[in-house]
Amino acid sequence: MPILEGQGVNKYFGGLAAVSNVDFHVDQGEILGLIGPNGAGKTTLFNLISAALPISSGEIRFKGQKLNGLKPHQICQMGVSRTFQETKVFANMPVFQNVLVGAFFGSPNRVSGADAAREASQALEFVGLSAMSATPIKDLTLVDQKRVEVARALATKPELLLLDELMAGLNPAEVSEAMELVTRIRDTGITIFMVEHVMKAIMGICERIMVLHHGEKIAEGTCNEVSCDKRVIDVYLGEETHAGS
Amino acid sequence: MVERIPQLIIVGIFQGSVYGLLAMGLSLQYGVCRVLNITHGEFVMLGAVLTFTLSGLGINPLLAPVIIGPLMFVIGFVLQATLFRALKAWAPSPPAFEGNALLAAFGVMYIIQYIARIQWGGRLMPSYYLADIVSFLGMDFVKNQIVTFAIALALGVAVYLFLSRSRMGRAIRATAEDPGTAGLMGVNTNMILAFSFGLGALLAGTAGTLVSMRTAVSTSMGFSSTVIALIVVVLGGLGSVPGSFVAGILIGIVSMLVAGLWEPVLTVPVYYAMLMILLLVRPTGILGKK
Amino acid sequence: MDITRFISTHRKLLLVGFLVLILIFIITLPLYAGKSDVRVLTTVLMYVVLAVSWAMFSGTTGYMSLAPAAFFGLGIYTMALLQKELPFFLIIPIGGLVSFAFALLVGLVTLRLKGIYFAIFTFGLVVFMTEIIQFLETRLWQRHGWQIIPIDNEILLYTIFGLVVVTVLATYFIRRSRYGLALLSIGGNEEAAEHMGINTTRTKVLIFAISSAFMGAAGVITAPGLIYVNANIAFSLFYSFMPILMAVFGGMGQLYGPIVGAVIFGYLEKTLRAQLYSYFMLGFGIILVAVILFLPNGIAGLVPTLQDKLGGVIQKLRKGGQAGQHADT
Repeated sequence: MPILEGQGVNKYFGGLAAVSNVDFHVDQGEILGLIGPNGAGKTTLFNLISAALPISSGEIRFKGQKLNGLKPHQICQMGVSRTFQETKVFANMPVFQNVLVGAFFGSPNRVSGADAAREASQALEFVGLSAMSATPIKDLTLVDQKRVEVARALATKPELLLLDELMAGLNPAEVSEAMELVTRIRDTGITIFMVEHVMKAIMGICERIMVLHHGEKIAEGTCNEVSCDKRVIDVYLGEETHAGS
Repeated sequence: MVERIPQLIIVGIFQGSVYGLLAMGLSLQYGVCRVLNITHGEFVMLGAVLTFTLSGLGINPLLAPVIIGPLMFVIGFVLQATLFRALKAWAPSPPAFEGNALLAAFGVMYIIQYIARIQWGGRLMPSYYLADIVSFLGMDFVKNQIVTFAIALALGVAVYLFLSRSRMGRAIRATAEDPGTAGLMGVNTNMILAFSFGLGALLAGTAGTLVSMRTAVSTSMGFSSTVIALIVVVLGGLGSVPGSFVAGILIGIVSMLVAGLWEPVLTVPVYYAMLMILLLVRPTGILGKK
Repeated sequence: MDITRFISTHRKLLLVGFLVLILIFIITLPLYAGKSDVRVLTTVLMYVVLAVSWAMFSGTTGYMSLAPAAFFGLGIYTMALLQKELPFFLIIPIGGLVSFAFALLVGLVTLRLKGIYFAIFTFGLVVFMTEIIQFLETRLWQRHGWQIIPIDNEILLYTIFGLVVVTVLATYFIRRSRYGLALLSIGGNEEAAEHMGINTTRTKVLIFAISSAFMGAAGVITAPGLIYVNANIAFSLFYSFMPILMAVFGGMGQLYGPIVGAVIFGYLEKTLRAQLYSYFMLGFGIILVAVILFLPNGIAGLVPTLQDKLGGVIQKLRKGGQAGQHADT
């Protein structure tokens, strides 16, 4: 059962097609990976889903509801949350307040102060950052800042979580921890759509993968299917497996 | 009234060329250094007041830029190399830097303006040069209008050629586009920033000389020049040097038409209305890049 | 018992005591001080309102607004136009409302502009209003400014103090509320804030309008003290720059920051500006640059550092004392 569907999704910047006629779907409860070379349009697609950018043509539906024309805050309150490639934490407040923002405003209904605080604490505990609640953001490592972003997104109580290159810049041990975190998130019932370059993570936890190249979808299927797809190997995976990530 | 339109337009072009020169400097400073130099008008004022003072000492206004230009260049150079460079290094983010630089520029504006005022007083200094009329194609023009146009145009073209053809010009454009990469390619970005700022100040000072040929000057005249420069720069596209010149001409024409056909007092509100509408409709201006 | 511990355990009590002292000082001032002192205090309190309300918007969302002079001037003109029609105390909320409505309009139209364009626009707005009103006055209404009927100095003092209390309380409660959290998150990263469910446009426009209402009300109260106003006096850009300097100097991270800045510079402005005009303005420029350069977080930003240093000094003194004792035995 698809929780997120896209049909004929196009995004033009001037004459350049960043996303070209892409059809996709994310099934409820799955972890779908989105891979492709740099500039393939992956983050652009995420930006179209979360309405950070307006769609040029085509349709995106979440739980059957059209997302076209909605604003990002509305989409968040419907149940779609995300993290960002360049970590966008609120540097002017400590860790707890960052997550509190998600808890307060991620729900379409009014949340009481006590409930929001509880949500935030739980989200922080889930990602393993309870000890750092009062720490200012600037004192955190990149890994922990990414975890704050995840906790903040979780605090909005999403049904679908978009993760944009969560593993970028992480060492192998941190990647394994992140993989475990993502799996745990899925196990709570949240569907995950993740952009990733780190192949170990993609192969390790994704049930299905989608491949973009120059804005077009060139392959889709299970890890095996995709890694055997000739076009994908030519374009992308060949270099990656040789590089041995 | 309508018969006056061709003349108004031509005078507008003459006038606008000075605006264009003015705005080119500001555009350069923002495009390269990311500083919106609110002080710009004060450099115009300094150019104008110094020209007046020098002419009192017997130096021809047409020669004044030779002395004033380098002086303005040095002041601008130092300003960027010290104040704005420090602000950039200490700012937590580019938008924070731009905001801080804007405020700091306001501070410098007050400093320059009031030092000048302490030195020269607040009075109006009558200055004019080549104020006699010439007739051309059945229309009357003031000689200095034509002369200032010629100088502004020549200088504008020179700057444009410098930026597009010369090696330093390319370095400047590269730094404006992508300072990080430019630095990696061996460009001394600090030097380029300071140079560009100085060049902008030089253009402003020269514009001041040109303005002083046509109107009386005072130490408080800087602000209105800043206002016009801002409008022209936004209209032409912040960072687009040729755009600024074109926009300057446009504003010159508009101001002449408004003053001649409607109400001279309304020229400034009309500028502002244009500025505000433009900011809302197309903030990157006519020739600007996003 | 050492002094830092005393201060921290009795913090609330000391704060309340301090505020009560201020209250007494302000209320009783007219009894023993001269007319000009009362006017100085009134002006200082006006700056407190302007600085605190500017920080309410620009200090949180990070959008640099140069528009305070526009809304303040609007308040002055509201008073000028309505002074004969309505009682003073009714004009104050009306002035606030007029500025609120105007700010709502301006905000809706401009708050989608990126940082520097927003700053330029608000700067242009002030000058635009000056020019338009000047034009209307000289060409259409055939008048040169307005005479304002003076009002008792004590009444003005108490009224502006009342406005200060309201403004500060409003800021206090906003800071502590979820609305304040939303504002800070916009300042932290607007795109992320939008993605976490915050309607950033509505939030920004609302706080912009609220802060402008206080500025408008301050304008109404200030007008009678000016005796005569015209567009240049009412919409002077100085009323934009001063609050900004005050708030930046005092530090926008804390509620008391803009208040401290306003008290210091308001006092300096009122006492020095008239005599040494050019030197005052020159000094203003120098201080503005120095503050932006060296004190971007203001005095309030220095406080944690000072607290650490002070604590460190006391530690050293205590250790030195102990060492002395040990040396004796």
